[in-house]
Amino acid sequence: MPGLYLSHLALSHFRSHRRAEVAADGRPIAIFGPNGAGKTNLLEAVSLFSPGRGMRRAAVQEMSRKPEALGWKVVGVLQSLGHAHEIEMRCEAGGARELRVDGKSAPQLALGRLARVIWLTPAMDRLWTEGADGRRRFLDRIALSFFPEHGEAALAYEKAMRERNRLLKEDLRDPAWYAALESQMARAGAAIAAGRRAALDRVEAAQAAAETAFPAAELGVRYPEEMPEVEEALATGLAEGRRRDLAAGRTLIGPHRADLAATYAEKGMPAAECSTGEQKALLISLVLANARALAGEIGAAPILLLDEVAAHLDAGRRAALYDEVCALGAQAWMTGTGPDLFEALGDRAQRIEVTEAGGESHLRPL
Amino acid sequence: MTQPSEIERLIEMMAKLPGLGPRSARRAVLHLVARRDAQLAPLARQMQLVADTARECTNCGNIGTADLCPICTDPRRANGQICVVETVADLWAMERASVFSGRYHVLGGTLSALDAIGPEELRIPQLVARIDEEAVREVILALPATVDGQTTAHYIADRLEERVALTSLAQGVPIGGELDFLDDGTITAALNARKPL
Repeated sequence: MPGLYLSHLALSHFRSHRRAEVAADGRPIAIFGPNGAGKTNLLEAVSLFSPGRGMRRAAVQEMSRKPEALGWKVVGVLQSLGHAHEIEMRCEAGGARELRVDGKSAPQLALGRLARVIWLTPAMDRLWTEGADGRRRFLDRIALSFFPEHGEAALAYEKAMRERNRLLKEDLRDPAWYAALESQMARAGAAIAAGRRAALDRVEAAQAAAETAFPAAELGVRYPEEMPEVEEALATGLAEGRRRDLAAGRTLIGPHRADLAATYAEKGMPAAECSTGEQKALLISLVLANARALAGEIGAAPILLLDEVAAHLDAGRRAALYDEVCALGAQAWMTGTGPDLFEALGDRAQRIEVTEAGGESHLRPL
Repeated sequence: MTQPSEIERLIEMMAKLPGLGPRSARRAVLHLVARRDAQLAPLARQMQLVADTARECTNCGNIGTADLCPICTDPRRANGQICVVETVADLWAMERASVFSGRYHVLGGTLSALDAIGPEELRIPQLVARIDEEAVREVILALPATVDGQTTAHYIADRLEERVALTSLAQGVPIGGELDFLDDGTITAALNARKPL
């Protein structure tokens, strides 16, 4: 079938999996088994098909199976709009992650142009109530899913800002050096801000156009103080803020201080003040809207990773979620503790049971 | 250990060179030992000679065997143009193309506050001084298209603004390159820098 999905996944010495293989046909995949069996480890492996550190944001060495710690390998065949790519990621013990696409070495950012992967994890349940960092990362993952170049701008901005912060901390006062760094920050920062806005516009439009069982959110980007989002104005703002930044020892304006604001549209209530169930429903709604917007834009739904997503939903909402995932045609990798959680999927999904014995995960396709 | 320690030590030293590893170093040493008179001894003499005489050109930072390198002593290269490069390897790459007839200035790195590399470490004050001393009309910035490279280019541009014409190398489609294999950033740069046929 056309679309965007992994048709084959093989893990070697990855987390609890000594060796594991999954053959997939593009349908959603329901993965069930007891706690600690290794279900989320499978999803984490799939999340590495997107640029970055994966859904756990773990260091590459942490992903090595213990106690051997020999390094690990993840290989997948990605079906992308009728083209198949073999993607291999490996990390030797003590080494860095290496990526090969169709047998050729490639940079991490190349993945953003091949695969689109969106995830929802239990750790994100506190997204609306914890600090802005998590929400900013969530916002950037949405932007990255639409615009692969967003990752490059974010890296360039981060690098230039770390350089500027070092100048501030060391109390260096070379205006030309500051101006050189601020010029790079302004260019990348304006691109980041524009990417975030454009991505949110697409998600909001997808929410408005959809018939869904999940609540719509009004979205916005907020800053602790006014942040110019145009390149020249941001460069000016950074230059004018040098004295204040020197006192603080860090950069006080810029896209690195953005926050994602969400309001439960129907109730007009900020997400942070909603009930736990409503907060989860808002997150699911955003992930689905992100996926719908992407499907409209690139012609295929992204790969979805929904870890323990069924746990907080009643049977009706669960069935509605499965219906929407299937209607999207997305390969959703979903985990849960028992097969009953996935009953409503019927034969619309593949099923894999994960068990653990002697510190090793075992997969059993059903 | 299968080799005598002196040869083993030589292999270890060779293995630290760029482009060589333990296996290729062993092969190179075996090759040299087998041709001791024809290759090993002349190589050792030449290395000693270079070790005794190699030095940085006091004007541009190129590597030579005198205080001033051949480019800086050649009056035909004083055409009012200076090409600023990050490393000596970049200078030699430009020279291989035999297309630039001016002089160079080797920075020896790029600005990096995190690595404690500031303008003083980069021979930027020397570059500024050369503008008047050598009646320079144009400075060509041939620095890497990385954050550090472009920060350095901006910094130099700021220091030399209004004193001299500033240009930078174009970015775009390489000769013999196919569009299909280029990244989006390069294609965008190439399109923005398009020129009439």
